[in-house]
Parts: sequence; structure tokens; C-alpha cells
Amino acid sequence: MYLSSSRAADASAGVVRDRPGIRRAVAGTVVALGLVSMVTDVSSEMVTAVLPLYLVAGLGMTPLAYGLLDGVYQGVTALVRLAGSYAADRTHRRKLVAGSGYALSAVCKLGLLAVTTPWAIGAVLAADRTGKGLRSAPRDALISLSTAPEDQGRAFGVHRTLDTAGALLGPLAAFAVLWPARDAYDAVFQVSFCCAVFGVLLLALYVREPRAAQRPAHPPRPGLVRALRTLAGTPGVPRLSLAAVLLGAATISDAFLYLVLQQRHHLDARWFPLLPVGTAAAFLLLALPVGRLADRVGRLRVFLAGHGALLAAYFLLLLPLGSDTQLPAIAALFVLLGIFYAATDGVLMAAAAPLLPPALRASGLALVQTGQAVGRFAAAVLFGAAWTALGPATALAAAAAVLAAALALCLPVLLRDRPSATGKAVV
Amino acid sequence: MTPPLVRHRLVVLLAATALLVAGAALAVHRAAGRAAERDRTHAGQPAVTKGEVRLGDGRRRLIFRNLVWGPQRDHLATVPLAAPGARRTAAPRDCLRFHAAAGTGICLRATGGVVPGHEAVVLDSRLRPVRRFPVPGIPTRARVSPSGRLVAWTVFVSGDSYAGGAFSTRTAIYDTRTRTLHDSLEDFTVLIDGHRHQAVDHNFWGVTFAADDTTFYATLGTQGRTYLVRGNLVRRTLTAVHENVECPSLSPDGTRIAFKKRIRPKGADAPWRLYVLDLRSGRETRLAERASVDDQALWLDGGSLLYALPGDFGADLWEVPANGRGHPRKVVASAVSPAVIGP
Repeated sequence: MYLSSSRAADASAGVVRDRPGIRRAVAGTVVALGLVSMVTDVSSEMVTAVLPLYLVAGLGMTPLAYGLLDGVYQGVTALVRLAGSYAADRTHRRKLVAGSGYALSAVCKLGLLAVTTPWAIGAVLAADRTGKGLRSAPRDALISLSTAPEDQGRAFGVHRTLDTAGALLGPLAAFAVLWPARDAYDAVFQVSFCCAVFGVLLLALYVREPRAAQRPAHPPRPGLVRALRTLAGTPGVPRLSLAAVLLGAATISDAFLYLVLQQRHHLDARWFPLLPVGTAAAFLLLALPVGRLADRVGRLRVFLAGHGALLAAYFLLLLPLGSDTQLPAIAALFVLLGIFYAATDGVLMAAAAPLLPPALRASGLALVQTGQAVGRFAAAVLFGAAWTALGPATALAAAAAVLAAALALCLPVLLRDRPSATGKAVV
Repeated sequence: MTPPLVRHRLVVLLAATALLVAGAALAVHRAAGRAAERDRTHAGQPAVTKGEVRLGDGRRRLIFRNLVWGPQRDHLATVPLAAPGARRTAAPRDCLRFHAAAGTGICLRATGGVVPGHEAVVLDSRLRPVRRFPVPGIPTRARVSPSGRLVAWTVFVSGDSYAGGAFSTRTAIYDTRTRTLHDSLEDFTVLIDGHRHQAVDHNFWGVTFAADDTTFYATLGTQGRTYLVRGNLVRRTLTAVHENVECPSLSPDGTRIAFKKRIRPKGADAPWRLYVLDLRSGRETRLAERASVDDQALWLDGGSLLYALPGDFGADLWEVPANGRGHPRKVVASAVSPAVIGP
């Protein structure tokens, strides 16, 4: 439906396209990057799924001991993301930097075989996350540089769909390994390593540095200050970054929402581990259609609408739920959170990418991502404090008020002087 | 891309994929072989015989999860308390964590299937299941009240990384007489320094019961600190009474609490030491065990404690005097989750 109507729209608008047949299909590099992410996510989620089992049953360790370490490294990975993407832009070697990130994470799977103490395990997982920080912005830059400006939402939708499919398959792969071989956590790590190496291989063989952004003979090497100044002076970038920070700071993580659901509505314990799976499944199904919708009606509109869905999720949890309405309410929560992720994760990158000059695309995307992450970190701290002071229901109501206010602030800023609701120029 | 290069690329991919698949298959195959190895009996291990196990048949016995390799691995086994090195009698009842008192047992076990699930099973004196509760995570602590009326269990709830990746605990208490399930202590009212305390990061673990079947103690972890909380099951309250206490274990006379204390900065490799807290004076006594103990200790009697330390087959049980003097002594090899049964 979308294909034919958009072709008609293009024809009527007199848009001239050089390679109409190819442009409709997502670029091979985007599909390859999606598959790389999928395989890598299978690899990393295999480890994540068995890690608590391994720590408790395998090493006799208290996971809380590791849990205390977690979070210490979050700030480090944000710095790595910025540094890595700047290096990628400066050397015009986005594929190399992204590949190093994937390779580092792959090596960490072997590292898990060698270490058994909380600090060492924490260090290996930190290195793993460093690899993730290193690769995400250069990878998103490769996706956007391989895609026509009007198809960004769709390309990111394809990538996030494959990515999430990998995340959902990972735990199943881990338990498939543990099925014939009880307690064989080392085998899980080895298989995870093989998956990760396969991902690096796919990247090396099938991902191409986009021609438009390939390394010139004498590449310009913009200094850090100059790069930042360029980004700050690029129309649309500062206000999008600020909106990402502001809306991020009004976004409490879904883990908190599951806790509220569990505590306020006495959710049956057995459903609890399935909640993130339900949200991920909804995200998987919605990422591509919502990405395509974003290309058509405007990415910033969809981005804002996604936060509207999150606000609706807050309200849903504030309603008094009877036990008979619990299951429909959970299903609705999955859909709302799925919409939220589909409309904000890839769509934010799709909205930011075309604004950014190709030479600074990875850095710009990293800046927007980091801004959003910093905002969400602040939200987690503030929400934790509000919960302590006010209790879950009041804290959630306060979060809803903050999100509504942030949306009201961002709405006029983001949708200012846009040409039209349906025009291709809308980003 | 020229066609020869495409062909070349595909050959590289296929060859490397074949290698990776072979490597992964080999890893799984070897692990499966090792799992089979565990089901065989090995020389030099404590002897285990299949037999009937009851919770209380007139003799004082120690019951625990048997970790000796062989067909009885993970089954509940007993030895006479007076001769803990003797031949074990094991019943075909598998538990990851276990505790028993006065004819009631609580068994936390893995349910079958590809995706691991866990359940808490209340057992009668002949180890027959009375009630089963699905639990949302990996078992860590189990306790029965001295009268056998109340049971408690703690599990680790783990999110997948796309949901945050952190770990938290969930502790439940079940009343076998009224059949009431308090499915999470997080629903109880928490008082710290006389004030109601609410936080998103409240975690409870390691319940221990007093003799009155109303009072219990547990650990509250919040904002990087751990508190000893005294619970009241009727009023559904939890009151903080001491700080830096984990996995409390109330002495039979109800006056002292054995616990593990975090003595080094956060995240150190081996942060816990065994202590005993006198509830009236608030005085702490460090016990003679120098190793890091990550277990909820068991009072053998008023004078000594039993606890697990990592060992060759997972864990061994050690005994140490509760007064800070003496030396730790290995009592039962290849065992975990002990309980004393009998008069």
C-alpha cells in the first residue's frame, strides 16, 4: 500500500529519481548491518540470559554483588561512544571503527571463560559494553549514508527489526545449548563467541563504506572544536539534541513501569520475567511499519507521537486495574511501549541523520544518542528519588506530568517551520 | 562489486561459517559429555545409597542437597548428625535450595523444559509435594519456621538486557495453616529510624523465623546499604534494627543472629565474613572463619553454626563455634542447603 501510494506521490510531485528500482529496496549494506546486529544480539543476549544462572548456580556468587558494579561503567561507555564516532568521522573509516567494536565484544565472550571473580567479570562486561558503545554510532552513520534521505525511517526500521529479532532469539539459543548440557555455561560462552565472530565476518564481507562518504585521497581532518562548532551551527541539530535530552529526562525506563505494574496491581510473579519479552516482541513487529510511517508523515511527528504513547502507558498504569482487566492492560502496555520504542529508537536517528553533514554523521548521531542517554539516566535517578519520597503511584503521576510538560515544550520547537505534513522534505 | 569477487566472498563466508558451526557444535558436544560424566559415580567420594527419607523419624539427622557426582546428585540426602561422614541416604527429590523443620520442607527446584523455570514446593514429612508455587527467578534462600508452619523463599529476578539488565530479589512467605501467600515482602510497610521508607530499589532476602510464627528477620537492601529488618507477619511491617547485615539466621533461643557482614569496599572479590549479633546488647562477634561466606548460616544448636563454602563439587559444609573462638571444621563434603531434622 505504501509503495504504490508513495510512487504516485513522487510522480505527482515530479520528483526525479536516478535509480527508482534500487531506491525502493533497502540498500544491501543496511540489510547486512541488520544481520550483523541480529547475529551479535543473539550472541550478547545468550550471555545476558544465562549470566544470573551462571553467577548463582555456576560460581555460587550473589548476583547483587555484580549488580552493585553495574552502572559504574555506564558513563565510560558514553565517552567511548563519542570518542569512537569522532574517530570514525575523522578517519572516514566508519566500518573499521564499528568492526573494532563488534570484534572487542566478540573477544569478551572468550574473556568470560577465563574469569570467575566479580571484579573480573565486571571488567569483561564493561569491555563488552565499550565495544557496544564504540560500534553503535558509526553503524548508524553507515545505515544513514547508504540510504536516500527520504527512506531513512524505513532503513532504520529494517535494522531495528533485525536487531530486536536477534535479542529475542538469544535467550532461546542459550537455553538450547543448556538443554543437552546442563550447567554448561562455558559452552554457552563459546557458542556466543562463534556467533559474534560470524557477525564480524558478515560485517567485513558484506558491509561497504558508502561511496558518497568514502575516504578521499586527502581527507579533511576537522578538529574537535571545529567539528562541535559545525554541529552546533547545523540547522535543526541543536534543537533536536535539546529535545532528545529533555524528552529523555522525562522518560522513565520500562523496567520501572514493570515494577509499578507489579507493585500497584499485584501482578502474578510468573508473568514478571515475560514483560520485557512482550515489549520487545511489540517493538519487533512495529519497528518497520512505524519507520515507514515516519518517512511519510514526518519523523519528528512520529518521534513526538511515540512519547505520547509512553504518556498513555503511564496513564494506563495509574488507572485502577481489577484482576479481570489485568491481562488486557498488560497487552495494551506491550503495544504502547512497542510503539514508543518503534517511534523513538530508529526514528530519532532517521530524523537526525539527514540534518547532519556526511563528514560528521557518526559524531552527530553519537551526540544525539548520548544526549538522550544522559537524559534517561537523569530520569532514572529522579524517578528513584521520587519513588522514595512519594511512593510508586505518586511518583508515576509526577513522571506523567513531567512528560506532558516536556512534550508541550518540544512540540512547537520540533514542529516549527516544517513545509508540509506529507512532503518529502519533512525530516 | 565484480562477479569473481562476489564468488570469492561467498566462499570465504561459507568456509568460515563451517568452521564456526563446527566449533560451536564441538563446545556443546564436549559440555554434554561432561554432563554425562557427572551422572557417574567417582571413586573417593562419599558413598550414597538410594533410600527413604523422612523429615523426623525419631533420630537427629542432617538433611541437605547432595552434590556428590552420580545418579543421586542434587537429590535430598541425610546422614546421622553424630556421624556426618557416614554413608548418605538419598531420596529421589531434587532441590537447588532446601530447608526443613518440624515435618515441613521447602524445596526450590528447576522445572523441566528448554527455558529454565523454577518453583517452590512445600513438602510434607515424607517429602511429598503439598503445594507448588511458580517463582519468578533463580532460587537463593529457603527457610521453614521452627514450628513448621511458615515457609519463606528468595529468588533472584533478572531482567533481560533489553529491559535494563539489573538483578533484584523477590522474597515470599507462605503460611501452611491459613494457606496465605505473602507473595512479596515489598508490599510490607518498611520503617527505618521510625519513619516509613519507600524506595524503588527495595530488595529483601534471607528470611529467618522466630518461634512465635509471627516475628521474622530478613535483609533489606536499598541504596547500597543492607539492613537487618524485623518483620511482623500480622501487621505486615518491617522495622530496621541494625545495619550491614545479610542473610540473618536466628539462634534457637531467639537472642542472637548469625549473619554475613560486608567488610570490604563494594565489589571486592570476597567481601563477606560470618558474624553473630547479640540482639539485646547490639554487640557483634566475629567468628573464627576467615573465608568469605556467601550463605545463610544454620544453627546446629546454641553453640555452633553450619554453612557452605565453595568446594570441589560445588560446595562443602563447614562448622564453626558461634562465640568467635575455635576453628572452622569441614563437616560434610559435597553438600549444600542443610537442615537439622529430628527431635
